[in-house]
Amino acid sequence: MTSAEAASTVAAKFKPVSQSEFRGEHSLEFPPGAIHDVCAFCRDELGFDYLTDIAGVDHYGEEPRFELVYELAILETGTHLRLKTRVSEDDPVVVTVSDLWPTADWHEREAFDMYGVRFDGHPDLRRILMWEGYPYHPLRKDFPLEGKPSDVPEVAFTSTAPLAGGPFVTAPTPGTTQVREPRARRAGDPLPDKPFLAEP
Amino acid sequence: MKQDSPVAYDSKVEGNIIFTKVDAAINWMRSNSLWPMPMGLACCAIELMAASSSRFDISRFGAEVMRFSPRQSDVMIVAGTVTYKMALAVKRVWDQMPEPKWCIAMGACASSGGMYRSYAVLQGIDHLLPVDVYISGCPPRPEALLDGLMKLQRKIMGEHALEDQKRALVEAI
Repeated sequence: MTSAEAASTVAAKFKPVSQSEFRGEHSLEFPPGAIHDVCAFCRDELGFDYLTDIAGVDHYGEEPRFELVYELAILETGTHLRLKTRVSEDDPVVVTVSDLWPTADWHEREAFDMYGVRFDGHPDLRRILMWEGYPYHPLRKDFPLEGKPSDVPEVAFTSTAPLAGGPFVTAPTPGTTQVREPRARRAGDPLPDKPFLAEP
Repeated sequence: MKQDSPVAYDSKVEGNIIFTKVDAAINWMRSNSLWPMPMGLACCAIELMAASSSRFDISRFGAEVMRFSPRQSDVMIVAGTVTYKMALAVKRVWDQMPEPKWCIAMGACASSGGMYRSYAVLQGIDHLLPVDVYISGCPPRPEALLDGLMKLQRKIMGEHALEDQKRALVEAI
């Protein structure tokens, strides 16, 4: 089965909110209530036996704010299908798919940890990267890169990192590596007209 | 034999007797048998391993006995990125090490947070522990670690703990 066939089969059976194709990769978006049924259909009827990843996206300022992206694959043929769903900030709950693919357990814990999206029916929804008691969800767009102070006695503490004039980022230019060299700069800063030379 | 050497020995005159200061002798013993606690947290740990294998051979400096028990170690080599999640565990291991103890911050991350200016990374292990030697590099080459180790040995040779204790005792009397 090709990716296009899988996408059209799913789209015929369930009503996707939107459907798109980019360079042979097919994406279907569903309302959050339907995602478990769609996943079960993909696994049992179409043979998607592997969940590559569940990714979270924060569309800050839009409604609904959070998006979850499920990357499905058939290992034997390499067929790929992408399912998406969006949930609002007020009620960020999706039904878990960890009963279909056990690997979803940790992917969903990561999405919960980083974005605060909760998964209904998840067997063990704890934080996976940050520690229990950490009060923020750090991959949200309104969370600053330098972090915020927090303290859980005997477990961990955090404080704000010094950014010294901006995040330490590279600049996407066609220039040489010396122009693209990661430096402290803010978004929209003009690029240096001279390359940075450590030993001129 | 140099004039300012801590050990003055002339075999013709003194036979099998060496005159030195207790501090100098103890420092000499300590500095030449540093047992590291390898706190390998990231890629610097790979260079730490390279430093202890045959090409670089950290045992030339008496520091080859890597102890994975803090109770038996003298110097903690913090090699890698210290995340906040790991930070208090590093501190606990450090607290379990018996005195006298020293700390080497190996590489940019352990020294200052390195390129990780972010919410998850402690901005230098010196926020938690007293660091004796900082080693630059990302990661530092094994030679740099050996150079840092020699610097630490030189620092230990200059310590005068017993002298201070004696002076404090005399003052107390």
